[in-house]
Amino acid sequence: MVTLGDYLIVSGILFTIGFAGVMLRRNIIIILMALELMLNAANLSLVAFSRFHVDPTGAPNYNGQVFVFFIITVAAAEVAVGLAIIVALFRLRQTTHVEDISTLKF
Amino acid sequence: MLIFGAAVIINRNPVASALSLVVSFLALAALFMSLNAYFIGIIQVLVYAGAIMVLFLFIIMLLDLRAEELRKINWIASAGGIAVALALIVQIFAVVGKLNLAKQPFPPLPTLVLSGVEGSKSDDVHRIGLLLFSNYNLPFQIIGIVILVATIGVVMLSRRETR
Repeated sequence: MVTLGDYLIVSGILFTIGFAGVMLRRNIIIILMALELMLNAANLSLVAFSRFHVDPTGAPNYNGQVFVFFIITVAAAEVAVGLAIIVALFRLRQTTHVEDISTLKF
Repeated sequence: MLIFGAAVIINRNPVASALSLVVSFLALAALFMSLNAYFIGIIQVLVYAGAIMVLFLFIIMLLDLRAEELRKINWIASAGGIAVALALIVQIFAVVGKLNLAKQPFPPLPTLVLSGVEGSKSDDVHRIGLLLFSNYNLPFQIIGIVILVATIGVVMLSRRETR
């Protein structure tokens, strides 16, 4: 029997993979992909809770799924803006390596 | 799904990473469908595995990124990153393990909601749409503005300076 905890564990592992990617990788594009993984981990736990919390008629609580819809939309906008920034940066510096971009570093 | 998720951050080649991300998103969509969230699952396939990944692959090809060469690794920073990630996963396991709620199986759904499985009318999209246009009408419109602003911003960012 699959329980709520199984989905939460999977979601947590996925979030940790994304977090480790942001921490360890030095390529901006891959950091952006790891960010997407973290957003999707949050989506998974939201959908799991939405399915778990049923209203009196027995239907799932769809508020969580509407929230996931909003997250997906914002993530799409965020990826578009992020990739445009990366392209502008690449035009300027010819690199996507974060250690080569240290102008703002104190 | 987790294997391909890990492959995203292990692969040195950005194209291989992006393709692993596609497979990971498709598997995640399957998980959504197993939770009776058909609408979210299909949106996931269309928006993530379709649109966003095409964008990623397009940018990777455009910038002509090759597999990055091995650089001098900052061992202290890497160890710190791994330690923080491990602490996070340990905490998640501890919290979920303690949660009584997490040990209960999912409550059964009435046949109307489940009927989407048999190919008859699923009311999943209907209910989400109803909620979206009644309770969440203002956030819905704000999301539209956000996308508009993002579009304008991307055009401004990617325009060549002509002055």
